Order: sequence, then C-alpha cells, then structure tokens
Amino acid sequence: MFSALLAMGAIAITLGAVLGFAAIRFRVEGNPLVDKIDAVLPQTQCGQCGYPGCKPYATAIAEGTADINLCPPGGEEGIHKLADLLGTEFKPFGGSTVPKPKSVALIDESTCIGCTLCIQACPVDAIVGAAKQMHTVIAAECTGCELCVPPCPVDCISMVPIMETTSNWKWKYPVYAMTPSTPS
Amino acid sequence: MLFSPYITKPDSVSKIMLQVLFALIPGVILYVWFYGPAILVSILLASVTGLSTEALMLKLRKRPIAPFLKDNSALLTAWLLALSIPPLAPWWLIVVGTMFAIAIAKHLYGGLGSNPFNPAMIGYAVLIISFPSQMTHWLAPVGLGSAGLDFQSQLNYILKGALPDGLTLDGVTMATPLDTLKTQLHMNGQMQSILEMPIYGRVAGVGSEWVSLGFLLGGLYLYLRRIISWHIPAVFLITLFAISGAFHLIDPARHAGPLFQLFSGASMLGAFFILTDPITSPATPRGRMIFASGAAILTYLIRVYGGFPDGVAFATLLMNICVPLIDAWTQPAVFGRKDER
Amino acid sequence: MRKLYTFHGGVHPDTCKAQSNGRPIAKAKLPSKLVIPLRQHVGHGARVVVEVGEHVKKGQIIGQAEGHVSSSVHASTSGTIAAIDMQPVAHPSGLPELCVTLIPDGLDEWVTLEPLEDWRGIPHSDLRHRLRNAGVVGLGGAVFPSDMKLYAHKHKIRTLVLNGAECEPYITCDDLLMRERAEEILMGAELMRELLHADEVLIGIEDNKPEAIAAMQNAASKHSSMEAIAVPTIYPGGGAKQLIRVLTGIEVAAGVRSTDLGVQCFNVGTAYSAWRAIRFGEPLISRIVTVTGNVASPQNFEALIGTPIAELIAEAGQLPGTTGIIMGGPMMGVLLPSDKAGVIKATNCLIAASDALFPPPKPVLPCIRCTRCAEVCPAELQPQDLYWFARAKNLAKAEDYHLFDCIECGACSYVCPSNIPLVQYYRFAKSEIWAQQAGQKAADAARERHEFRESRLEREKREKAEKLAAKEKAAAKGASPPVTDKQNAEPVDEMQRKIQAAIDQAKAQAATVKPRNTEQLTPQQMAEIAEIEARRARIREIAQASTDAQPRE
Repeated sequence: MFSALLAMGAIAITLGAVLGFAAIRFRVEGNPLVDKIDAVLPQTQCGQCGYPGCKPYATAIAEGTADINLCPPGGEEGIHKLADLLGTEFKPFGGSTVPKPKSVALIDESTCIGCTLCIQACPVDAIVGAAKQMHTVIAAECTGCELCVPPCPVDCISMVPIMETTSNWKWKYPVYAMTPSTPS
Repeated sequence: MLFSPYITKPDSVSKIMLQVLFALIPGVILYVWFYGPAILVSILLASVTGLSTEALMLKLRKRPIAPFLKDNSALLTAWLLALSIPPLAPWWLIVVGTMFAIAIAKHLYGGLGSNPFNPAMIGYAVLIISFPSQMTHWLAPVGLGSAGLDFQSQLNYILKGALPDGLTLDGVTMATPLDTLKTQLHMNGQMQSILEMPIYGRVAGVGSEWVSLGFLLGGLYLYLRRIISWHIPAVFLITLFAISGAFHLIDPARHAGPLFQLFSGASMLGAFFILTDPITSPATPRGRMIFASGAAILTYLIRVYGGFPDGVAFATLLMNICVPLIDAWTQPAVFGRKDER
Repeated sequence: MRKLYTFHGGVHPDTCKAQSNGRPIAKAKLPSKLVIPLRQHVGHGARVVVEVGEHVKKGQIIGQAEGHVSSSVHASTSGTIAAIDMQPVAHPSGLPELCVTLIPDGLDEWVTLEPLEDWRGIPHSDLRHRLRNAGVVGLGGAVFPSDMKLYAHKHKIRTLVLNGAECEPYITCDDLLMRERAEEILMGAELMRELLHADEVLIGIEDNKPEAIAAMQNAASKHSSMEAIAVPTIYPGGGAKQLIRVLTGIEVAAGVRSTDLGVQCFNVGTAYSAWRAIRFGEPLISRIVTVTGNVASPQNFEALIGTPIAELIAEAGQLPGTTGIIMGGPMMGVLLPSDKAGVIKATNCLIAASDALFPPPKPVLPCIRCTRCAEVCPAELQPQDLYWFARAKNLAKAEDYHLFDCIECGACSYVCPSNIPLVQYYRFAKSEIWAQQAGQKAADAARERHEFRESRLEREKREKAEKLAAKEKAAAKGASPPVTDKQNAEPVDEMQRKIQAAIDQAKAQAATVKPRNTEQLTPQQMAEIAEIEARRARIREIAQASTDAQPRE
C-alpha cells in the first residue's frame, strides 16, 4: 500500500518535472495562432466580418470573441479551413453574411470625376489616379472588397464578377452513376 | 464517355472474384474426395446466406443491389469461410458466421473496398470464440475415424443434428492434425511417435495435406493469371518454412518440420486466398512482403504457443490492423525521385 | 545494338493504327473559313495585329508573340479578316477564346518569305527569334514555344531526343510524316542539335512502325551521330519522360528540367516545322492531322491551322452514329464540346467517336485496392492512394504522394476493374491545388500591400504630427514660420527652374544644330543607312527577345 503510494507519487513528480521543463524549454513566443488564422483568411481586407481587416478578425477569432463564419470572401471553403485549424465544427454562413462570386471593381472612366475618395478607401492600393484625373483599378491587385463602392460620389464603380476562362477553368469533381441503367 | 481514357481493358471486379472462386475448385474437389460431400453443403449454405445477407445490407444501405451482387465478392467470402470451418457442423454455425462476416465485418465498415479486416476471417474468429466445441470437431478423413458417414447421414447431421444410431459425434470427428500435435506434445508425447499416429500422412495430416496441395495449385493458377502477385504467398510460405525449420533444427522433439507446417491447417489457403485479399492487404510490394512475413511469424507463434489450434486467421486479422501503417511506411520511390530517399 | 532501358508499368491497348496509316498524307481542301485562336500554345496569347476587314496574305502574322513565353500566330491562307471575337475552341472546358476568323480568298497567296540558304552562319539568338516569329511550338501535344527549349544551358546537353514513338492508339500523323518527310525532319534535328550544342540525336520510334523506322534510319545514315532507334511498343512509351528513359536511362521527375540532366526532347513534327521555318521562312500554318474513327476513309491530312474540325472530318467522310469528336488519342484525348472550333497546333488527331468504338462507361464500383493501376503506372505512383486522397479532397496528402508526377496517361483508368475515372480525379485535384495556390498567392500579395499601406498611413500620420509639433515649437520660440516655409520652398523652385531651363536649352539646340550631311545623300548612302538602321532594329529586337525569353532560373 505504502509502496504503491510512493511509486505513484514518484511518477507524478517525474512527469511534473518533465512537463515543467518542456514548458520552459519549448516556450512559444508571441501568438502564432493569430498568424495561422490570418494565413487562412483571404486578405480582402473588406471588413464584412465587422472587423477593420483580416488581421483584427484573426485576432478576434484567436481570442474566441468572433465566430468562424463571418468571412464571405473566404467562402465555405474558408470556414472549413478555419474549422480544421481550430479543431471546431463547421458552421454555415448565417444571417446577412452570404458569399458572393469573386469580383473586381471597375471604374466607369467616363463618369469618374477624379475625387480620389476611392483611392483613399482601397485597402490594398489597387486604384491609381490623381486629383481631378481619371482613376482606374489595377484588376490584378483588386481583392474585390467593395470598400471603394460607397465612397464614390458619382456611383461610377461597379463590381464585375470574374469570368471563367480557359486559363482559370478547373476540372470538375467526377460525378457518375453507379447503376448501369443511368450511365453518366 | 466524358473523360479520357475512352477505352478500357475488359476486366472487372466480378471477373477477378470469379477467377479466385475458380481457383478454389481443385482444393474443394480434393476436400470432397477425402472428407465426403459435407463441405459442398457447407459451401452451398454459406453462398445462399452470403448473397442474401449482401442483398439485405445493400437494401438497408440504399445501394444498388444488382451490380454489387454480381461482383462475386460476397460469394468469395462465403466460400472462404466455409472452407475454414469444420464441414460437419450444425447448419446454423456457417449461417451465423457468414452473416456476421458480410453484415458486420463488411457492410458496417462501408461495404466492398472499405472493410479493414478480412470478413471471412472475422467470421471464423467469431465462431471459434463463440462456439469452440463445434469448431473443433472436424470430420475425419474417409477411412479414418470409427465410422465413415454417407452423404445422407452427413446431411442429416448438418440440418437436424441427428447422427445415425449408435454413433457419437466424437466417433465420426476428430481434432485436426495441428490440434492433435499440440495436445499430444502437451501430454509429453514424443514427436516421432506422434507423427506415427494414423491421422498423419506423408508430410502432414492424411487428406488435409492433399487439400492443401489443391489450394497450392489454385494459388499458382491465380499467380499465372496475374490475379495475385507473388509477394504475399511466396514470402508467407518462405517465412513459415524458415521459422518452423529453425525451430525444428533447434528442438526437433517439440517442433514439427517445416513441410508439416506448410501443408497443415490453413497455410496454403491463407497464403494464396486469404492474405492476398487486396482490400485488407498492403498495396506496395515491400509492404506486402512485410505483411506476409509478419503473418507467417504470428501464424507459427500462435500454432506453437497460442491457445488456438491454427493461427492463420488471427495472424491475418492482426496484420490487417497494420496495413495502413505498412502502406504509409513502404511508399515506393516514384519515377525520377529514386535518389530522394 | 544500342542498350535500351525500360520504364515501370505501361499497357498494351489495341493500337488501331492500320485504319489510317495505309494512305499517304493528303492536302486538305481549302475550308470555307478559318477560325484561328490567338492562344494555341503554352504561355501568353498573341497580340492581335490585324483589323476586321483587313486583307491578309498567307503566312502573314495576325497575332504577335507577346511576353516571356509566347509564340506568333499567322494567317493560314490569304483572305479577309471577318471577325476577331470570342469563339469556341478545342479545349475541354468548351469556353470561348479570342479567335481571328479568316475568310479565304482562294488565291492562297504567300506573303514575302525570308528563306535562309545557310543557317549555320546565323547567330543562334537570331534563329530562335525566327522560330518564335514563325510560331513554332511543340507539336506533340504540349505546344510549348520551341525557341524557349532551344537553349544551350549551363548544363551541357548531351542528347537530343526526337520523339517519333507515337504510342497512342489511332494516331498516325508522326508515322506518316516520318515515312514521307524523313530528310526534312532530320534537317530540323540538325538545326536543333546546333542550337543546343548537343552531341547526339536519338530518334525513338515504336517498333510497330517499320516503314517509318526504315525511312528515318535511311535518312539518319547521312548525318553523323544521329540514330533512329526502334523502341518497344508500349503505352505510354511516347511520353517525353518515358522515351528519354528508354533511350538514355535518365529519369526526369516532375518539376525537373530535362536539360539539367543533359537531355532535350522534341517531337518529330516540331523538328520538321522548325526546319520549314528556318530554311524556307514558312511559319507554322499547317500540320498533319490524323482523321480516323467512325469515318469512311481514315487518313492523314495536312490541314491549315484554323480549319473547322467539322469540315476536316467531313473530308474523311463522317459516318452515321458519330457521338462526338475526340481530339488526340483515346487514352489522353479531349472530347471536344464543339466541332465548330478550328484545328490548332496541338491537334494531332481527330477521332469520330461512336458507341461501337468507345462504349459508354460501365458502372463504377468501389476501389478494391487490387493495385493493377500501380502495376501499370509509368510514374511509379500509387494511383489507388492518390484516388483515395483526391476523392476525399485531401489535397495536401495527394501532393505528398507526388500527385504532380502523374502524367495523366490514363493507364490506371484503362486497367481499373472497378471502372473508376481515376485520371479525372487527378485532374480535379491538380486544378484545385493550382487554384488554391493562385488564391494563396493573391492573398499573400494583398496582405503585403495592405500592411505596406497601413505602415505608410501610419508614417504619414506620424510625420504630420511631427511637423505640427515642430511648427508649434517654432511658434513658441517666436520665429516667423512663413520665412522658414519660404526658405524651404525656394530651393525646389530654383531646381525646377533650372531643369526647365535645361530642357529649353536642349530644345533650342536641337532646333538650331543640324547634323551634317543628312540631306543631299546619294542613293547609295541612303541604302547604306537604311541597312544600318535595319540592322540596329534587328539587334534591338533580338536583344529584347533574348532577355525576354531567357528562361528564369
């Protein structure tokens, strides 16, 4: 009886020492989780999640104050990735957050008055132009966040969905029937 | 016809399974020759039970029934189980075993292609654990035992449990050669004198050695038809030969020779028909060799030191557990990347 | 006898080549119109340099190569440009691409060509430039711009492999080309060898083409260290990686350049076209196309690029019961969504499909891990595992198991007893991974730009605050801020004034000082100047092209 207690006690002390040592030896600086979450987010910086950018949203998720289903540009795929990363259940989009097809902003150049308001709104500097000069969107850099749309005083910015071309076309997941009566 | 390739080799799961069934026939014929037609009743019962359980499970799982019934996999499981258990046994034994194999071991894990364990061997394991008495009463070969049973009496026993007047079950059945050897050694019998008992033939048991030879022939046919690769049977038999040979050399008084091990019990059936089940064996050549040698070592250890007369079934199941790990470990180098590992 | 190597796996489907290899190459009729896509090659699409309504001559550039990896596109015959718009193209997606529609005028009138009697004296960069402008791309199916592959790298290239294996069933275009134009193929090979500084040329031809082997061996005997070698008939023995392995023993993994291992590989058709382009200045405006399958007289045609596929099939006599057109062979070909599309440089074969030739797929059963696929996989992959990962969309794992080493040859699907469309799963997984990588790249770029912007705004804010603080400090000291402002401002004004003055001066100079002797030139002098100017322009262009085209390390 006594020896059993002693043995258990010894094991407990040894394991405790190992854990304590590991905690000091393998201490992780900073909060890598935020960066990991940020890496999964699509970086549109659109603020549709209610946070001022992807990083703040990532921080909020890491702190447990935000849900994982608030990022429409990330799509369901993004929620799946976040759920995998955080070891939580997948949660579908709810309420007002709906994913939209990926788009880029397009400035109607004949209407643009060159007010620079959209340039100031763009989170990734994807709009070029100067005061009283026509502006234009660098489509390749545009994340489709729509932040430039509301500030435009003449409503000359529209969101154009990215069309499927032979370059960005993807092979589809195979779908086939198993019964011979309905060949695929 | 939507995607390339638009042509396919005329091969199918159904044909592969049919070839395996076909390859069992020499063994079955020799079985009937030495033990009488009871085994045919067993196979028939197992086939009917297997197919109906398969159909029922497919219906419950809302899967198309016809293409899966036609794939012959349920039939193969049923035949293998029937060949693994005593032919002279109450009808419900094989029925329960087959149902368990198909319903639980196969379909509850996702059906064809998804079962981690060999269904027939699961069926066998369940039976030998649940009904050890029935499972150790093997029909004596024709000419041995106190009385030969005609087909009518065999059928009567299987279906009704009744033996002709004056006969007891112990009178018409006996332990397998492997079992006998183990028991006799336990009772401090001498190897030499044990092997002189009437149930032992040239290399192993009378009759059973010939049945094993039949399975060996069928297995060679499967190899020649490229249904199975050489890795599993060859490595299994060589390892079993080597380990039993080594033990025999060290202590011939307590360990039977390698040929005895190869032609006893389910060695041949296991090497060519059970361990080679593609679904539950590794996919890589190296993995197959590891798998087979592991199975051989376990088979031998269970035969010699274990509580069961034969070890093939449990060795198979134990190695089945390791398959994903073996596969992951033995990934072969791909084209152009042979130096990378 | 040369030592040949083998590769793992492979299958032996019925070759079905006898149907179409019995007749000589026929010149296809001039079609009613030509639909010429501007992107028929790997890389950037060509830039349109013609206008609707314009009359063009045969061989005239209608799309100029643009960008790093690109190739020019030409008018296949003389005629009028009817449209430049999005048209369905020979692509599995059925999506449209920018195409030039040309209505032939029936005259088939060539543009002035620039033949080269002796190409050996011409600088290599010039030859490459000619190939790029002639639109020469790999005709084996990869359509990679050939000029990009014809560099002598820092690695010594020992062997140039010429691929005449043609392992896919039904296809016979290379067979017929080798039978009929062996000499010219080898002249092209000689040119390629020179550009690569390669020691030897090995031509691999599968041994089911004895006539082609004989023709090529006969022609090769006239060249030094050039050898036409019969290789065993096995699919996919004509894959570039597999043929390189068989002939040299070298294995080229995915993502590795064969040139780094001392080998380069071209299709025989490419060698032929390269020769025509250099020797005769003829751009790539036609190619040999096998038309076979459910047609009355299967045959090889020399077809103009852009010929509507339906018209070409009709020439061989399409039979009733045709269910679709396959471009390429039955193992790797693409079922065309539309037969209105034009023949492109990648069109080696057109098969009219019928239910008799290609029966509808059989029902698919689950994988039983029989590993017949692994036994035939020439890349030595474990297709059953890749299938499992791709099906579960476990893309990271699929990549771990070397998904990208898969060459999509289809041998696995061919032997699968469960009839699983394996290759389709791999294509899906690959394009999904590419899309994800592109998305990740875009996200990373966006993050970087966003962070830069944030830090810039931060800096601007800080600078403003500092300025304000300085101002307040100065105000507190009692100094007059406008003076400092003016002092700061003055030098800038001064500088601008100086720059403006410099510009004015330069202009004035240009206006007054005239170069000597630019007027009253003799015709001879003028011709000399023109020649010099042309040479300069050429040098500039070549320099540009070679810096553009220099493959990235």
